[in-house]
Amino acid sequence: MKAVLALENGTWYAGRAVGATGVTAGEVVFNTSMTGYQEILTDPSYAGQIVTMTCPQIGNYGVAEAEDRESAAPRVAGFVMRADSPIASNWRATGTLHDYLAAHGVVGISGIDTRALTRLLRSAGVMRGVIGTGRIEPEELVAQAQAAPRMEGSDLVRSVTCAAPFDWCAGDDTPAAGFGVEPAQRATRPLRVAAYDLGMKRNILRRLAAHGCDVRVFPATAPASDLLAMRPDGVFFSNGPGDPAPLDYVVRNAREVIDGGGPVFGICLGHQVLGLALGARTYKLKFGHRGANHPVRNVATERIEITSQNHGFAVDPDSVPDDVEVTHVNLYDGTIEGLRHARLPVSCVQYHPEASPGPHDADYLFSGFIEAMERRTGHSARA
Amino acid sequence: MPRRTDIQRVLVIGSGPIVIGQACEFDYSGTQACKALRSEGLDVVLMNSNPATIMTDPDVADRTYVEPLTWEYARSVMEKEKPDALLPTVGGQTALNLAIELGDRGVFEELDVKLIGASLDAIRIAEDRLEFRGAMESIGVEVPDSAYARSFDEAVELVDRFGFPVVIRPSFTLGGVGGGIAYNMEEFRDLSRRGIELSPVHEVLIEESVIGWKEFELEVMRDGADNFVVICPIENIDPMGVHTGDSITVAPALTLTDKEYQRMRDAARRIINRVGVETGGSNIQFAVDPDTGRMVAIEMNPRVSRSSALASKATGFPIAKIAAKLALGYRLDEIPNDITRLTPASFEPTIDYVVVKVPRWTFEKFPRAERTLTTQMKSVGEAMAIGRTFKEAFLKGMRSLEIGRSGLLFGGAPEGVESEPGELRRRLALPTDRRMWAVFEALVAGWSVEELYEASRIDRWFLTQFAGIVELYRRASAAGPDGLSKELLLELKRAGFGDEQLAAILGVDATAVAARRSDAGLRPVYKRIDTCAAEFESFTPYLYGTYELECEAEPNDRPKVVILGSGPNRIGQGIEFDYCCCHAAFALREEGYETVMINCNPETVSTDYDTVDRLYFEPLTQEDVQAVIGRERSAGGEVSCIVQFGGQTPLKLALGLQSAGVAIIGTSPDSIDLAEDRERFARLLGELGIPQAPHGLAASREEARGIAEEIGYPVLVRPSYVLGGRAMAIVYDPGALDRYMTEAVDASPQHPILVDKFLEDAFEIDVDAVADRTGAVVIGGIMEHIEEAGIHSGDSFCVVPPYLVPERQVAVIRDYTRRIARALKVVGLLNIQFAIKGDTVYLIEVNPRASRTVPYLSKATGVPLAKVAARLMVGRTLAELGLTADLEVSGVFVKGPVFPFVRFPGVDTILGPEMKSTGEVMGGGENFGTAFAKAQLSAGQRLPDRGRAFISVNDEDKRNVVSIARDLAGLGFEIVASRGTAAYLRAHGLDVEVVYKINEGRPHVGDRLVDRQIDLIINTPLGRESYFDDLTMRRVAMLYGIPCVTTLTGAAAAVSAIRALRAEKPTVRPLQEYHAGVAARG
Repeated sequence: MKAVLALENGTWYAGRAVGATGVTAGEVVFNTSMTGYQEILTDPSYAGQIVTMTCPQIGNYGVAEAEDRESAAPRVAGFVMRADSPIASNWRATGTLHDYLAAHGVVGISGIDTRALTRLLRSAGVMRGVIGTGRIEPEELVAQAQAAPRMEGSDLVRSVTCAAPFDWCAGDDTPAAGFGVEPAQRATRPLRVAAYDLGMKRNILRRLAAHGCDVRVFPATAPASDLLAMRPDGVFFSNGPGDPAPLDYVVRNAREVIDGGGPVFGICLGHQVLGLALGARTYKLKFGHRGANHPVRNVATERIEITSQNHGFAVDPDSVPDDVEVTHVNLYDGTIEGLRHARLPVSCVQYHPEASPGPHDADYLFSGFIEAMERRTGHSARA
Repeated sequence: MPRRTDIQRVLVIGSGPIVIGQACEFDYSGTQACKALRSEGLDVVLMNSNPATIMTDPDVADRTYVEPLTWEYARSVMEKEKPDALLPTVGGQTALNLAIELGDRGVFEELDVKLIGASLDAIRIAEDRLEFRGAMESIGVEVPDSAYARSFDEAVELVDRFGFPVVIRPSFTLGGVGGGIAYNMEEFRDLSRRGIELSPVHEVLIEESVIGWKEFELEVMRDGADNFVVICPIENIDPMGVHTGDSITVAPALTLTDKEYQRMRDAARRIINRVGVETGGSNIQFAVDPDTGRMVAIEMNPRVSRSSALASKATGFPIAKIAAKLALGYRLDEIPNDITRLTPASFEPTIDYVVVKVPRWTFEKFPRAERTLTTQMKSVGEAMAIGRTFKEAFLKGMRSLEIGRSGLLFGGAPEGVESEPGELRRRLALPTDRRMWAVFEALVAGWSVEELYEASRIDRWFLTQFAGIVELYRRASAAGPDGLSKELLLELKRAGFGDEQLAAILGVDATAVAARRSDAGLRPVYKRIDTCAAEFESFTPYLYGTYELECEAEPNDRPKVVILGSGPNRIGQGIEFDYCCCHAAFALREEGYETVMINCNPETVSTDYDTVDRLYFEPLTQEDVQAVIGRERSAGGEVSCIVQFGGQTPLKLALGLQSAGVAIIGTSPDSIDLAEDRERFARLLGELGIPQAPHGLAASREEARGIAEEIGYPVLVRPSYVLGGRAMAIVYDPGALDRYMTEAVDASPQHPILVDKFLEDAFEIDVDAVADRTGAVVIGGIMEHIEEAGIHSGDSFCVVPPYLVPERQVAVIRDYTRRIARALKVVGLLNIQFAIKGDTVYLIEVNPRASRTVPYLSKATGVPLAKVAARLMVGRTLAELGLTADLEVSGVFVKGPVFPFVRFPGVDTILGPEMKSTGEVMGGGENFGTAFAKAQLSAGQRLPDRGRAFISVNDEDKRNVVSIARDLAGLGFEIVASRGTAAYLRAHGLDVEVVYKINEGRPHVGDRLVDRQIDLIINTPLGRESYFDDLTMRRVAMLYGIPCVTTLTGAAAAVSAIRALRAEKPTVRPLQEYHAGVAARG
């Protein structure tokens, strides 16, 4: 079946439908990762976005329904590829990408010049777009793209956060044997972490568990008092979709948590929220960072980490208050990749130390959180 | 981290001659390293015995030693140059082995030289499988179970433990020589015995088999601050069991989930750290069990490699250049990415296309060779192709191989591939150079992907892609030329089907397909290789063609010259031609032209995006080349094309391009054709009064017999339009001629056979010259072959200046060369082969194009002939360039060939008119003997300076061998000989002991060789009956590294060399000094 991807600037691309049929709208972005499409599809941070894979052959190894997902189901608004695979070739595969997308209602398109699209998004910036399948007028889709809601200012977190608090049990959802990274150091006693689910990837939970944490996950809207009431060893702010600006309720809670004085760690949207809570501002990047190859320098050690990234907004360096240090910098464009409060045990990174997909170079950050929690409670592993 | 300040002068070791397993890729990486080091202000001293490389150009390093790569010569260079450091990681296994030997002999401490890039410990851990296994176990990385055996009995114990199949790997051999897979005891016996023999330490590794597992390679880099990046994951389509150099490979890896890939990446990081590579690039191979995902590490190379060259070309990330900078102490984040300029090298390239590498074998040169592919590499070259999808890249790769119709997967029986016996399943299960054709044959015959997987263990994903190609083939076939819709044509082109392939499927001419395409408005666009999948702007026009919406070629309107490269390496067309193409590019850039390169060989310097202004990584076919030229023309600038530097590959396209309106500069295609067209050319020589051996042109067996009767036997027969003496033979009687005409060639009026009177015992001479548009001619050099006529010029040792040719004949040769150059209106390079018999100088052939000897001669004379030629082609004159006299050399330079026989058990090592060498070396000295001795040593033949010589020659040679034997005896050699030869020598007063030939009883000559009681063999072919006897002896000699000379002139040269070796201590001298010597004299 034919399909069309139309953009708000009037450009459209003809391709073939893959997955579910119908019409879907979203912000069109690109991801340069060469592996991990299932993790990308199921990353809640992509809510509201049509994701283009720059790697041309997608779907080759199928999907491992339970093992390789980052949330219960795909979250992307749509999926764009150069070439999709008719089969799933991998010993862990439970089905093909096409069937997976169809089963979860994701409209995809294949066979388009994804490099031309990427170059357009790179030079003009990300834009709204619509994928439509079947007999469809491209001009109509362009009009729909122009009418689609903008990402700036919309609160997408409410659509992906959990409905009620729950406890993460390590045994619930672990990747197949041999794929977990051995943590550099484990907590010396079970640490209780309260986590805000702004659209949390499961691998964050898996990594926290692997480092020896018991995690209770709270909806984004839960008041900070609910979290603090469980007297956690630390509080975590997760990744999530969209613009941090409208998340005033999360930022308020973050301030309250920070004021509580306990260790706080955040990733991605959680980093932006903590940045806002600490007094910085955020802004929208032209085409974002989405991929698994971005070099980030750890300012303190000067070591380079190859990182997994997925964000369209960033903390404005000019707005960072004096008592907040920049701990990590992106070597592609100099943007802020990590912050830490000079006195309070609050730190956060813009990128994804939990990887999945992507390199494991930054797993040490979880150890850092563990250390902060242990130090706080006088149980430092090094003591 | 600033660069280290304790290093001012670095010795870079090259990889020596081109051999199977070590080809142009080390010229590419070595040249990059030299450039990178010099750009940092360091003094670079280079040592490489291979004159056909760009890296040995005198302006690439400060001091260039074309000397044997042995520890003695390396030590001499180090003593003379006093470098602070030695970089051993860009010269392949040769350089690493040399570093180990220098280390073992304490030379680094003695001369206070540091090893940079890799430590001796790291090299040892990576090389020694037992140490490697221990190291892997210590970091929790699994490896296949294995153990060493130093005797056959020990080996048998191990195989009892592991069961069949098992892998046998001799320790410390290059490219896995002597290794293999044994499926049963019989194979095991042969392989383990031979492996123990071949290993310099007489040891083999017996290893649990992971045959059939998926195979991956990671190209990784690490800097001194422990920053680590993966440059490229590569997946082998042929599963484990086939050497990666013989596998069709693809980048990026396509069948790994992120979980599996990251596990591999983590392991790679631990491995490079554990092995102890402080800085630089490494190649790490993994196998993955397709059924369970179990991953094992196979091996790691702590240096740049063939795969790293491939990864560099596949991603645009210059691994060798960065590795050189890291060795100086820089960190990855301190080095900019050339392509994006704004981002650093501390990242992992991501690619938005698919790259397929296809090996090219030359089994047709070695008909007795075993075609089964094993852990020992057998291919001599490779083509790389880039497409937006796997299908496109794969089909482009197949047509890049230039193997005629056999490059087409469909549409008639491929040329030269006889119908193979045996059943399809066996051909699928047993990997050979032809397996891919069996896969397509099976798919066309209706096999399912599952059945194919069971037989071949090629991953189902690839098989499904192949099935998709077959499905498209069926649709095209069913549609036929008339029913082919524009949509289907586009789909076929997008899937990578070439015009020629479609023409074969549709049963029409390729031009008809091109016309259809053009009517439908279908033409390729060009996309950039930018390391980052378009995330950032690219400033480097490194392009590949594809059928997509957007074109990023962005040609400008400056005058351009398109240089056509020489495609995949093969015997007869290798690095020498790439050297010439690069030089053309360098010269024309200096002349103010925009230079454009089209080539598909990932090993080469010509496909380095630094070499030219615009690089198109495309197959060298009419369709692909014309499309590039069309795109370049679209900007309005004048576009001309050079075809005379890339060997036969571009020449074959010349007339087609010209008729398509492309301006070919330099010697006209018509002149080139005239020189190839025997009848036209004979008329021309008649007019010029230049003698030629009697000859004729035969379109049938009968005609051939007629000609041979007329001119008399022996005759030299060969097809027209070949390079490297393909299917060339000397026949002595009508029976042999008939056999040749029926078995070896397929003569027809379109493809006639050349029949020449063979000039027995003649001297052969090669001449390279340059000529300009005014008719001025400068002779670059007159090179005398050391072996007599009948041995292919590429396989012959040769020397400049000539040492036996009288001056009056040299004058005749100069005169003939000038007359021919003018008659053919040569503008650019010209190569002529002459034979001298008695008083007559005969012309054998003329090639108005770059020849194999151009780089050697350029190194000997110090004048870059290919650069000169390129300037002449764009209108400069020799006078303008200051070249008014024929070139001279200071000293004597001998070029020697290097052969791949050790890779092909059962193949005879005897030489003939068909070229068999893969590479060349050069030896320089003050006299012939020294230069020849160095060339021999560089080619791997360590001539003895004392000991016992075995002589066995045919009757015709007996008379002339006497003086050689006498000279050897005079030098203190003990002479032993076969019965006949001994009798003859005794009759001439020599003291000779008789040694049995192999079929005469024991102990025979083979036993004596094995016992190392013979140090030199002189053996000329003795005719059919003793053929196998001699062959066995020559192979034993080769396996034991005992010099075996098979011609009398070669033997005489060897005697001069031995005399020189005894007379003087070997000295080293850089090219720059030799060249200054010429300048001083002139």
